[in-house]
Amino acid sequence: MKGAEALLRALEREGVEVIFGHPGGAIMPTYDALYDSPIRHILVRHEQGGVHAATAYARASGKVGVVMATSGPGALNLVTGLADAMMDSTPVVAITGNVPRALIGTDAFQEADVTGVTMPITKHNYLVQDVNEIPRVVKEAFHIASTGRPGPVLIDIPKDVQLEEFTGSFDVPLDLPGYKPTLKGHPKQIEKALDALEKAERPVLMVGGGAQHAHAELLAFAEKTGLPVITTLMGLGAFPGNHPLWLGMPGMHGTVAANRAIHHADVILAIGLRFDDRVTGKVSRFAPHAHTIIHVDIDPAEIGKVVRTHIPIVGDSRLVLKELLKGAKALRLAAWWRQLEEWRTRYPLRYKPKPHLQSQEVIRAFHEATGGHAIVTTGVGQHQMFAAQFFPVTRPRSFLTSGGLGTMGVGLPFAIGAKIARPEELVLDFDGDGSFQMTLQELATVVKYGLDVKVVILNNGYLGMVRQWQDLFHAKRYSEVYLADSNPDFARLAEAYGIKGVKVERKEDLRKGVEAVLNTDGPVVAEFKVYQEEGVFPMIPAGGAAEDMIIEHPAEREEVEA
Amino acid sequence: MRHVISVLVQDHPRVLNRITSLFARRGFNLESLAVGTTHQPGLSRISLVVSGDDRTLEQVEKQLNRLIEVLKVTDHTEPHVERELALVKVHVAGVEERLAVKDIQEAFRARVVDVAQKSLILELTGDSRKVDSFIEALRPYGILEVMRTGAVAMSRGDRVLKVREKKEAV
Repeated sequence: MKGAEALLRALEREGVEVIFGHPGGAIMPTYDALYDSPIRHILVRHEQGGVHAATAYARASGKVGVVMATSGPGALNLVTGLADAMMDSTPVVAITGNVPRALIGTDAFQEADVTGVTMPITKHNYLVQDVNEIPRVVKEAFHIASTGRPGPVLIDIPKDVQLEEFTGSFDVPLDLPGYKPTLKGHPKQIEKALDALEKAERPVLMVGGGAQHAHAELLAFAEKTGLPVITTLMGLGAFPGNHPLWLGMPGMHGTVAANRAIHHADVILAIGLRFDDRVTGKVSRFAPHAHTIIHVDIDPAEIGKVVRTHIPIVGDSRLVLKELLKGAKALRLAAWWRQLEEWRTRYPLRYKPKPHLQSQEVIRAFHEATGGHAIVTTGVGQHQMFAAQFFPVTRPRSFLTSGGLGTMGVGLPFAIGAKIARPEELVLDFDGDGSFQMTLQELATVVKYGLDVKVVILNNGYLGMVRQWQDLFHAKRYSEVYLADSNPDFARLAEAYGIKGVKVERKEDLRKGVEAVLNTDGPVVAEFKVYQEEGVFPMIPAGGAAEDMIIEHPAEREEVEA
Repeated sequence: MRHVISVLVQDHPRVLNRITSLFARRGFNLESLAVGTTHQPGLSRISLVVSGDDRTLEQVEKQLNRLIEVLKVTDHTEPHVERELALVKVHVAGVEERLAVKDIQEAFRARVVDVAQKSLILELTGDSRKVDSFIEALRPYGILEVMRTGAVAMSRGDRVLKVREKKEAV
């Protein structure tokens, strides 16, 4: 057996069913072995599409996503996706070929120092120097990627190692003396947390992506205590978006109720989130009335990194929530809820109706037509925020977006990964005209595997989020954001791929357009030509605080003090 | 504040690279670094001199612990021994200067490790402050070259840097 075959055997032993990838010179021995393997391979048209698809596969399924690429340019095309998976704590294993060992360091054809380049954007990485190490490295890689705080792990294998005769064993013990994630929260800390919550007058529960797998425990705990729940962008779906205890998303484009609740809270229980600057705004003005912040996270380095923490709990959110639930009591929060209810009713997410078709109403129409029952993926920008605001998902692992890195172009490859992970689900990619064009080559992947994904392009002809900032903070100097003069006809582009194209330009055609998308059996690319000058509101300007929230566009201004 | 941190690591390729890359990436201020093998095969020990406030140091420790190949991290806030080694090549023009430099050498308990017609190499071990003073004392005579190792450190008493309890890592 050659190294390449041993590699696939090791992957099979890890339960790998799908690999997203693109072949090339230095990974050819492994692709040759793949020819006889039961593992399914999804051929993407660009390695970035592969790593994003593997990321979405992981997030939608809870399993490890696997991507494969060749040396040099192939591997370097993974960089953005690895950084994305790292920022959003997603278990991905990337396998890359490298030039033969004797050529490493000689600037050989398609050589790059891939382990060097990916060091700061992976949880760990390996350069395999010995063919018999393959089983151990694969085992460790999957273990590291999927346990503790999940993250991407890269395995770089020189071509000659793939070709060498394997004489080792697959039964290798896991020996990682420097890697022992703490899973169980400290009982004393849990007790302290419960005590603080019991004494609280205005407590809030904030949850992030680290609670996606703890949705059942989270729901039980929230319902038992009656705590108001706020989910970050990465936490959407961890708690049902139609639940009366849910206040929405916090931060830059969060709801008024969520941001005010945090601003006025005396006790904050934060679970599986890392207080990103898009959530906190200016840290020194974040949650100024909170005398107790309880932070539950599996990564001790996240605790105290951004905000002062009074009760740190290092552990797996699911196990900690289970323990919290045991001691949870119904909290007396009637006065607090009256206040929250007032904010929620007074400031619902809304938009000023315009004569043009608007992004928000398109998303809302899809939400109504599907009952919210879909896996949503997005690109990055205004449409992403609109999707977060107007498509409240109710189930975990159903809102797949690029949170930390803000990677434009993830929408389509995420949709591909999600559809392969959960083929029975309706997969909706809400995309921007800018974002979509960053990875649209993956339409070929959609065709190749007949993937029934619905791409909904909210075409405003601009890089809308940049335009919005220019509008508000750069004196309307719209520098290099105009796309409409050179955008393709998206419906015809789709048709060139053999995918059904839909184009909707008028408000009155919205329903018909939505139906055309949803009633099509198979993939659709639908272009909705939306109002060009829309802004995402509410908005807390970068570096601001809840008090600086802009609720509507300054032209229709209504600033509110928190 | 200045901190000396000892790190026990698995002796894998690039492990030093991981540590320096981490410092660069997180913007931690690394003043010096020394690394060497230990009495245990497969384990290396690294001494880092880091400056920063308490919060930064907490992050330094936690981020180091996140590295898979890091087995143990200690910030030497307790009594500890700290040593640096320096080689200083100093210009000595005549007998008088040679004698003056010899006085300094003796005062600091340094050693002469090379003698040439116009220069001497002096070897000194001591903590960083001692090395600083030594260099200042020699400066008037004309220093030709200085090479200092990073500081190395060890706790006093029975405390030992070893993998004992489970490391809280991710």
